[in-house]
Amino acid sequence: MNKVVANAEEAIKDIQDNQMLMLGGFGLCGIPENCISALVKKGVKNLTCISNNAGVDDFGIGLMLKARQVKKMISSYVGENAEFERQLLSGELEVELIPQGTLATRCMASGYGMPAIYTPAGVGTEVAEGKEVRNFNGKDYLLEYAFDSDFAIVKAWKGDTHGNLIFKDTARNFNPLMAMAGKITIAEVEELVPAGQLDPNQIHTPGIYVHRLFQGMNYEKRIEQRTVRS
Amino acid sequence: MLDKFGIAKRIAQELQDGFYVNLGIGIPTLVANYVPEGVEVILQSENGLLGIGPFPTEEQVDADLINAGKQTVTTTAGSSFFDSAMSFGMIRAGKVDLTVLGAMEVADNGDIANWKIPGKMVKGMGGAMDLVASAKNIIVAMQHTDKAGNSKLLDNCTLPITGRKCVRKVVTNLGVFEVTSDGFLCTEYAPGVSIEQIKESTAGRLKISPDVKEMIV
Repeated sequence: MNKVVANAEEAIKDIQDNQMLMLGGFGLCGIPENCISALVKKGVKNLTCISNNAGVDDFGIGLMLKARQVKKMISSYVGENAEFERQLLSGELEVELIPQGTLATRCMASGYGMPAIYTPAGVGTEVAEGKEVRNFNGKDYLLEYAFDSDFAIVKAWKGDTHGNLIFKDTARNFNPLMAMAGKITIAEVEELVPAGQLDPNQIHTPGIYVHRLFQGMNYEKRIEQRTVRS
Repeated sequence: MLDKFGIAKRIAQELQDGFYVNLGIGIPTLVANYVPEGVEVILQSENGLLGIGPFPTEEQVDADLINAGKQTVTTTAGSSFFDSAMSFGMIRAGKVDLTVLGAMEVADNGDIANWKIPGKMVKGMGGAMDLVASAKNIIVAMQHTDKAGNSKLLDNCTLPITGRKCVRKVVTNLGVFEVTSDGFLCTEYAPGVSIEQIKESTAGRLKISPDVKEMIV
């Protein structure tokens, strides 16, 4: 049982044009920087990307947008990216906006083996158009389906050779949910250790969900809104 | 008339000891600066943190520790981290006592619009639709009118809505308004603001409480 691969290029080598990818992170926090760089280098195209945000112009998924690799973004908030806006307005890029909690829970449903969930988010709004509504105890809920994604790509703080993962602080966000949800899950980690070195009580993502992982390098960890005490 | 700090100060009076509170971006974030003496509240950040602390010093800045507005933050004693599904799970399950958010429009039945302006670049709803669909107590913090002077308190929202019949109270630069089955009920007016001014600036159904009083901020 050793799921370790040499590097990002090796980890993503079977990702093909037209596939669906989940990418962990919230804003630029906890994004799989190494895999994004490798995807840009590989040049795969027409991807459908599920990620809460779409990066900024020169970092994160913004790099894949700039290289015209993304056909469709499925996100909850995409506000920080001028190239994204240009491609959207020109019709080059398709976008599906869904509520953040719905996005998270649709990932979770995939990893829990459930085909769909009911959520009140979006009832009575344009998000509800065409969706089944069901009333439970006097309140309306929308039926939302689990994602069915070819790959999930996540970033963890620590990982072991069995694929067990631990996330740090708010860099956890969507990462453990997406890790559960990919047909193939790829993890990049800041610190890779032999199996047995992580405390089993502290594992956030059990290795069964992770197919391959690698020791990441040169993390930039860019900050979107650096705010300090005055 | 209140400035944005005054609006935040007035909303802070709604905080009760032991509350778990979600504060939206903008004026709502300022509420954290005016928590009353002797009241302990725990702030929830929907990207996965309970117990948001003050902004960090230069030395404390950590890219892995941010709030829902993507600003660097710190944690308080007793804080916890969790994933985004659990974060919206606790919101959906009604565990968060109070949600404060901004709005572009509020209707007199409690509908809220705050995510999209047709014809302008749509950035997305983020967590707003989840929050308004589930929170048990929602207070809106906003200016009473837009820049052109049009009322933002309406009989019906003209913009695409974020959620239906969910707002319980609106605090504006002019006063405090509860959402009732009869529309907006003005319970307080801001210092220097007349009831006439409130009536002129409100497009939705409006009643003035018989116990209306001047706001203390």
